Amino acid sequence: MSLNYFELFGLTPSFDLDSAALETSFRKIQSDSHPDRFVTASASDKLVAMQTATIANEAYLTLKSPGLRGSYLLGLSGIVAVDEKNNQMPADFLMQQMEWREAVEDAENARDITTLENLLETIASEAKHLQSGLSNQFNQNQLADATDSTRKLIFMDKVRADIIKVIEKLED
Amino acid sequence: MALLQISEPGQSTAPHQHKLAAGIDLGTTNSLVATVRSGLSSVLIDDDGHALLPSVVRYLPDGSVDIGYSAQAAQSQDPANTIISAKRFMGRGLKDIDVSMQPYHFVDNNHEMLQIETRAGIKSPVEISAEVLKSLKTRAEKSLGGELVGVVITVPAYFDDAQRQATKDAARLAGLNVLRLLNEPTAAAVAYGLDNKSEGTYVIYDLGGGTFDISILKLSKGVFEVLATNGDSALGGDDFDRRIFCWILEESKCKPVNAQDTRLLLTKAREAKEWLTDHASAQITSVLSTGEVINVILTTKQFNEFTQTLVQKTLTPTKKALRDAGLSIEDIKGVVMVGGATRMPQIRLAVADFFKQTPLTNLDPDKVVALGAAIQANTLAGNKSDADLLLLDVIPLSLGLETMGGLVEKVIPRNATLPIARAQEFTTFKDGQTAMSIHVLQGERELVTDCRSLARFELRGIPPMVAGAARIRVTFTVDADGLLSVSARETISNIEANIVVKPSYGLSEEQILTMLQSGFGSAEADKQARALQEAKVDAEGLLIAIKAAMMQDGDLLNAEEKAEINAKMDALQANIHEAYTADLADKIHAETEALNQATEAFAAKRMDKSVNLALAGQDLNTLEI
Repeated sequence: MSLNYFELFGLTPSFDLDSAALETSFRKIQSDSHPDRFVTASASDKLVAMQTATIANEAYLTLKSPGLRGSYLLGLSGIVAVDEKNNQMPADFLMQQMEWREAVEDAENARDITTLENLLETIASEAKHLQSGLSNQFNQNQLADATDSTRKLIFMDKVRADIIKVIEKLED
Repeated sequence: MALLQISEPGQSTAPHQHKLAAGIDLGTTNSLVATVRSGLSSVLIDDDGHALLPSVVRYLPDGSVDIGYSAQAAQSQDPANTIISAKRFMGRGLKDIDVSMQPYHFVDNNHEMLQIETRAGIKSPVEISAEVLKSLKTRAEKSLGGELVGVVITVPAYFDDAQRQATKDAARLAGLNVLRLLNEPTAAAVAYGLDNKSEGTYVIYDLGGGTFDISILKLSKGVFEVLATNGDSALGGDDFDRRIFCWILEESKCKPVNAQDTRLLLTKAREAKEWLTDHASAQITSVLSTGEVINVILTTKQFNEFTQTLVQKTLTPTKKALRDAGLSIEDIKGVVMVGGATRMPQIRLAVADFFKQTPLTNLDPDKVVALGAAIQANTLAGNKSDADLLLLDVIPLSLGLETMGGLVEKVIPRNATLPIARAQEFTTFKDGQTAMSIHVLQGERELVTDCRSLARFELRGIPPMVAGAARIRVTFTVDADGLLSVSARETISNIEANIVVKPSYGLSEEQILTMLQSGFGSAEADKQARALQEAKVDAEGLLIAIKAAMMQDGDLLNAEEKAEINAKMDALQANIHEAYTADLADKIHAETEALNQATEAFAAKRMDKSVNLALAGQDLNTLEI
């Protein structure tokens, strides 16, 4: 029997997640299964420990991030949120993205870290806003809308990661 | 008659017995060993009452090796044979380090780990570090009255795979069983956290002799979860000494000085740095070997000014770690200072200023890492302790693969919690491509040339398909030590290739075995003799194969090609019978390679010929492809 990531942590599959419960459960699983607990165990027990700990790490990472969590949840309903062949976005969101990208480029050329940090904040608050919408969409089972929002969230994560890269480049 | 009992493999015969385990802090400047006795972690001292062992190894004229304080005392008389700060060279090639202020005779190995020529022969940083580890092992076993079952050795969190592997190799050479490589800041967090029963998010700021680490950890009920780590594996207290050294030369208008005086002035610089920790100025006096007299006064103000950039250099990784952890300074409950260099007041001030809180300095910054390592060693050895301790550490640098155009595709991002396994699919670039070269890299930059190359291996036997049709699944697995293994599989045909990454900079398994078997003294000579033997065997094999091929298919070559191959064969043949010289193995290697290349076209023609023969006269339908 294979458990999904929510079940692994004893949680009900839902976008609204009790992050404290997730953390407690993650720590419990790691406390029981981490390879450090099996240093003197048999080779097969060690392997099982390594696998369990690896899956728990991956699951924790996925559920902690709203974008990845949304994508995983859609996957449980058989919907692929992010697909190379299908990454359509509403025109206004694409415009928004282009504006962000241009702002990043300008700030990079001007070596302006403060602007980049502010942009990170802006995108983070947009993402928060999007998340509360996504939560409603999931609760009302509007999966097409939820797919759109999840895709946007994942794109925002990418922009944020790129901005961080630029900041690091400027700081070095 | 009662039957004799045999325990399960790997299981202890006496599970309740206390096992002797130790934590080792293998530092750039000083090393320590600690152990847990009666539930308390304590540092083990030598016969003279010293806790620290200077990480200095001197090769003496009589063939013996001196380690620690006495070696340190001799460093300016015998700089070329007294190796300090070997940790800076672990897993590093000559191009990675600044050799300008080093008194050693380096041996360049191209892409291999650098080596140092001493009067005891050519030594690798791994062998030098093994001497320090052996000395600590002896101290621990003498003090504990038995053999150690295992040790935990600490490494800077920002060490890459090559540097970690080199550390593990050094431990093996010293005859130590490594239970775990543990990141230094994590070890410090364990010692600090357990000592102070801390809960919450803490920063460990660890500035050692040669390395800087910053780690952010969440402490909760015995679980130490690293949220992010960053650092600079070539920044430490040594760099502050060098700044003072440069200042002395400038101030006293000295010409560049020799190796002996360099060492002497660097020692004076270190003393001045330490003096300035609680004084406003330091007088630096010295007589150089040229008779020149140095007499200068360095004030705290001057020192702070010309080391300000070094202090700032620690704050950039700090910002990165905070960003990666998704935290701001308000989330940080405390900042624990680790490493001797954090005694410098300007460091403490800068940290206080950055985090807007007074850093925690209540533990001895020199000992805290070893104490934490001992606690982890005790747990891993299977000794029960009251603290139910669990460490969740991360990988410090991203891991990836080379893709078309010399770009790096990241497979595992930095700061992923260990252990971790990630797979990614790649495909072929050309029609009919049957092999794929897998190049594993570590680092944050986008270009292959800016990252550290860890390993290369090949996946062969991919069935010929149109470009982009094959599906090659490459899986990276990083264990709890932070060490990597990689496997690649073509998912349609199930062809598979595996590799446990032994970085290009590490020692091969064979090199280690040779060193272990022959003892340190003769290892180098043995290695060369063995290399020569192998080169000869390779060369002879190739000569025999080519002779046979020429006999069979000589008609495929024109006179000119024949003459070229014959000349290369004669040259190689002559060298095989030469008497032993140090560079003979390399010569034979080069000639074998040249011969190989000269016969490449010949081999291709022979291949075509045999394929044509095999296909001749057969109906296409009867061919099994």
